[in-house]
Amino acid sequence: MNAHQSLAIGEPLETFEAISSAAAKANAMVRFEAISKTYPAYRGKPGVNALQDIDFAIPRGSITGVIGRSGAGKSSLVRLINGLEKPSTGRVIVDDREISALAGRELRLAQRSIGMIFQHFNLLSSRTAADNIALPLEIAGWARADIKARVAELLALVGIADKHDRYPSELSGGQKQRVGIARALATRPSVLLSDEATSALDPQTTRAILDLLANINRELGVTIVLITHEMSVVRQLAKDVVVLDAGHVVESGHVADIFTHPKHPITQSFLAEAIGDSLPVSLQSRIVAEPPAGGQAVIRVQVRGAGAGDTLVARLARELGLDVALLSARIDEIGGQHVGSLVLGIPLGTSGGDDAVTRTLAWLSQYQVLAERLGYVA
Amino acid sequence: MSPELINLIVQATGESLYMVGIAALLGTSFGLPLGVFLATSRKGELFSAPAVNRVLGIVVNATRSTPFIILVVAIIPFTRLIAGTSIGSTAAIVPLVIASTPFIARLVEAAIREVDGGLIETASSFGASPMQIVLKVLIPEALPGLVLALTLAVVSLLGYSAMVGAVGGGGLGDLGIRYGYQRFMPEMMLAVVVVLIALVQLVQSAGDYLARRVNRRLRHR
Repeated sequence: MNAHQSLAIGEPLETFEAISSAAAKANAMVRFEAISKTYPAYRGKPGVNALQDIDFAIPRGSITGVIGRSGAGKSSLVRLINGLEKPSTGRVIVDDREISALAGRELRLAQRSIGMIFQHFNLLSSRTAADNIALPLEIAGWARADIKARVAELLALVGIADKHDRYPSELSGGQKQRVGIARALATRPSVLLSDEATSALDPQTTRAILDLLANINRELGVTIVLITHEMSVVRQLAKDVVVLDAGHVVESGHVADIFTHPKHPITQSFLAEAIGDSLPVSLQSRIVAEPPAGGQAVIRVQVRGAGAGDTLVARLARELGLDVALLSARIDEIGGQHVGSLVLGIPLGTSGGDDAVTRTLAWLSQYQVLAERLGYVA
Repeated sequence: MSPELINLIVQATGESLYMVGIAALLGTSFGLPLGVFLATSRKGELFSAPAVNRVLGIVVNATRSTPFIILVVAIIPFTRLIAGTSIGSTAAIVPLVIASTPFIARLVEAAIREVDGGLIETASSFGASPMQIVLKVLIPEALPGLVLALTLAVVSLLGYSAMVGAVGGGGLGDLGIRYGYQRFMPEMMLAVVVVLIALVQLVQSAGDYLARRVNRRLRHR
């Protein structure tokens, strides 16, 4: 794999508007202004700088993903939004109210307009589904009749009207999270925070829950902030993404832009996991550095852009008159953009000549793709 | 056994139940809030008050480490102040309450600490006050544990109540000592023990049943 030769090509795609831009800030549901969060040393444990220089906005009505490895500061960040934690410096503004400055009763009132769902659902085992959903309403002091009507409405909204009288121990993970979502929406919040809400669910249930969240965003206009360590969750649901690493925002913008032009190594590693950039094991073990006579050069083409991959291989084969072999391919559509990688085998001449490879790379350079030579196989 | 003796047993059982009943009621009304506070007042908890928590913890431990029979004698002036006398079943309730309150508080603390901390965070996230969290989350979620704790407390109180005979408190223990031991009537001793065993069985079964009734986790699995 040493015989790398990278060719980064093409005009830049449309420049994305970072969500930290001034225009976005004016229409923000959540604004972080010069936030830092430090946990002081306590009982022999050293202090931790959980968040530093956090300054971005979450657009009103958007679904914004906050992605990072564990310990990146995601949980601290989301808890600043609903005032469960206070920033060490800076301000957090939610729906034009400075939540970081509120305390006591004022804070509790503000928290009613911010719902939250959790990885482990956090339902009360002593209450039925309906009574769990009723809890925030009881706390907000709603009248009994109003609670009853609202709970019925919410159970229908999340699609478990028939589970009204079931206890959490009788519900599946997906159903529990639906109760969690209904509970979070009970007081008609303007923001819904999701803290790894699908991490404890299987892929199929995850998809169903994410679909439900998308519906809720569309129909109720609730701004959703998704905390996750899974790129697939961001990819399926979010329009904007903030990449967090070691307490810093390392990248932020529209999902399609970030995914097509990942800059930070952390983002690239998330993307690689999401689109399966790694080669099949069987192929990897056969790759050699020197061109063998009659073998193939292995070229990886990274597709990042609208429709870029559609007919690429067919045209390459036709226009250059080469018997291009498709060794491995994976293309996903993210926000209308194609993102993926193709691994091509380009036939070498009987003498082991590299001529066809040079022509291929030159040809590919016309398109907005990243092509690299990984090596050769016999 | 003669009708007089049976009458004595019935009367002593009544005295025991009276002492234990009232002491359990009062012990719970002091011990439950104390236990909830102990469970929620360490640094960073709902009612964070680490200094008060530590002082209360020391007082609770001190009371619990004093042997009951010594406690009974030691607080006689206090008993007289509260009950007007230091003799009789009513007076005996005072040391019983003082001994059972810290015991119940520790049991309550343990039951409350069993509740998943995520639930406190969840309730806080939708704007519940600390008091609402206690009443709507912690106590209902800890209820099965609390019922078992109170059952244990009542059983212990039955044991304690047998000792207050030493200060003229009456009750089954007193009867056993005076008739069974001092007058050498083994059948009386046996009868007292049988009644006590039956009472403990009854209390424990009732407690277990109640704990199962309020436990949704087990009931619906």
